[in-house]
Amino acid sequence: MDYTWDFRVVVDGFPLLLRGVVVTVELWVVAFTIGLLLGFAISLARIAQRPWLNMPAIGFVEVFRNTPVLIQLIWFYYAFPIVLGQQLTPFVAAVLALTLNTAAYCAEIFRGGIVSIERGQWEGAKAIGMTRSMTMRRIVVPQVMKRMLPAFTNRGIELAKVTSLASLLAVNELMYQGRLLSSTYYRPLEILTAVALVYLVLIYPGSYLSARLERRLAARD
Amino acid sequence: MSDTVIRIRNLHKRFGDLHVVKGVDLDIQRGERIAIIGASGSGKSTILRCLNFMELPTEGTIELDGKVLGRDARTNGGGARVYAEAELCDVRARVGMVFQQFNLFPHMTVLENVMEGPITVKRRPRDAARSHAAEQLAKVGLQDKLDVYPAKLSGGQQQRVAIARALAMDPEVLLFDEPTSSLDPELVGEVLRVIHALAEEGRTMLLVTHELGFAYHFADRVVFIADGVVHESGTADEVLKNPKRERTQAFLARFVERAF
Repeated sequence: MDYTWDFRVVVDGFPLLLRGVVVTVELWVVAFTIGLLLGFAISLARIAQRPWLNMPAIGFVEVFRNTPVLIQLIWFYYAFPIVLGQQLTPFVAAVLALTLNTAAYCAEIFRGGIVSIERGQWEGAKAIGMTRSMTMRRIVVPQVMKRMLPAFTNRGIELAKVTSLASLLAVNELMYQGRLLSSTYYRPLEILTAVALVYLVLIYPGSYLSARLERRLAARD
Repeated sequence: MSDTVIRIRNLHKRFGDLHVVKGVDLDIQRGERIAIIGASGSGKSTILRCLNFMELPTEGTIELDGKVLGRDARTNGGGARVYAEAELCDVRARVGMVFQQFNLFPHMTVLENVMEGPITVKRRPRDAARSHAAEQLAKVGLQDKLDVYPAKLSGGQQQRVAIARALAMDPEVLLFDEPTSSLDPELVGEVLRVIHALAEEGRTMLLVTHELGFAYHFADRVVFIADGVVHESGTADEVLKNPKRERTQAFLARFVERAF
């Protein structure tokens, strides 16, 4: 195979890639933050006794977990505006799809965590007069977070990579800029290799920190 | 003049089709120490758990300091009463409970476990809660374990933390639900000594136990539960030494056989 690698295009295109990084980080931060909060709310609905609360929550989770993210993205950009009667920008459509998808996964992680807390913890808190919401906030969630940290880390990593699909809606994030550069310079191998490395540099510190935090928390027991 | 802290009338508890508590009446005087004994499944723990509403009574009333708790759901007065969460939390803050399984919070240190109730429920300032919690821990002999996590403690030490946690709420009544049943035999003594010391302070206490020897020394009154009702009740001497009813005699006899 004689292919002459030429990474000068990467150097030339780097400012553009960095602009893409900013958009990727924005997508990730918004979708993960709101996804976590929404996921928590959905998990509470999911474990509620009342069917009018838990049925919609189950439906939501199953729809978003069992359909391709790519279709969800396309759907929110092209189909949702028809339902809504209002055009969405590609960024907003991507944020919507990624947030709801993340919320569905996080809801299941939270639910698993909350259910794994022994009944005795609820009883211990109840016996000193704590309300259900106090117990959730002070006793259950802190323990759940610790147990769920690996699962949330996975979700965060997964989401960081899935944001690249937003390039199909022409959201000018990292992957989109990479593809743009590729078609401009006809050097897709160099550019995609560089883009992959940028993703690695972006994501790895997060998983490293999470692993350290996990070890520190585990050292307490 | 009698000073009744808790008055139970016609208490019933059903779990689905299972009728566990079948009409219990009991008056608890301030400063009184009551031991509740009976076979497994007799309903004794359930009765105790109804007193701080860990279980909601299916029927009957519980009165705390002269106030009947909950409100009538039906006009005819029968059946289950309706309880607001705020009222139940208030009652639980005043009626402390110690469990068989300790139920300590593993993500908090010993001191934080004991401070949690006063801070979150009673909204005490942190500093005051800390020194108060440290006092309770000193009382149960754990003044040198304040910053340790529960997992590092023995079962007996964990149960003493649980007792300190209940004490930190300054409860009017303390409930003990088989506090030594999950402990290794050599750890039972330290927990019973703490409970005994609390009894000496004149606290109102109810203890569900299988430690009949301890119950004898601890209790002003012993209540024998069978089939979800109070079968026999009286002083420790009356019930444990000279039981009048056959069922009580049989229970005690079986106990002696098993103990030796």
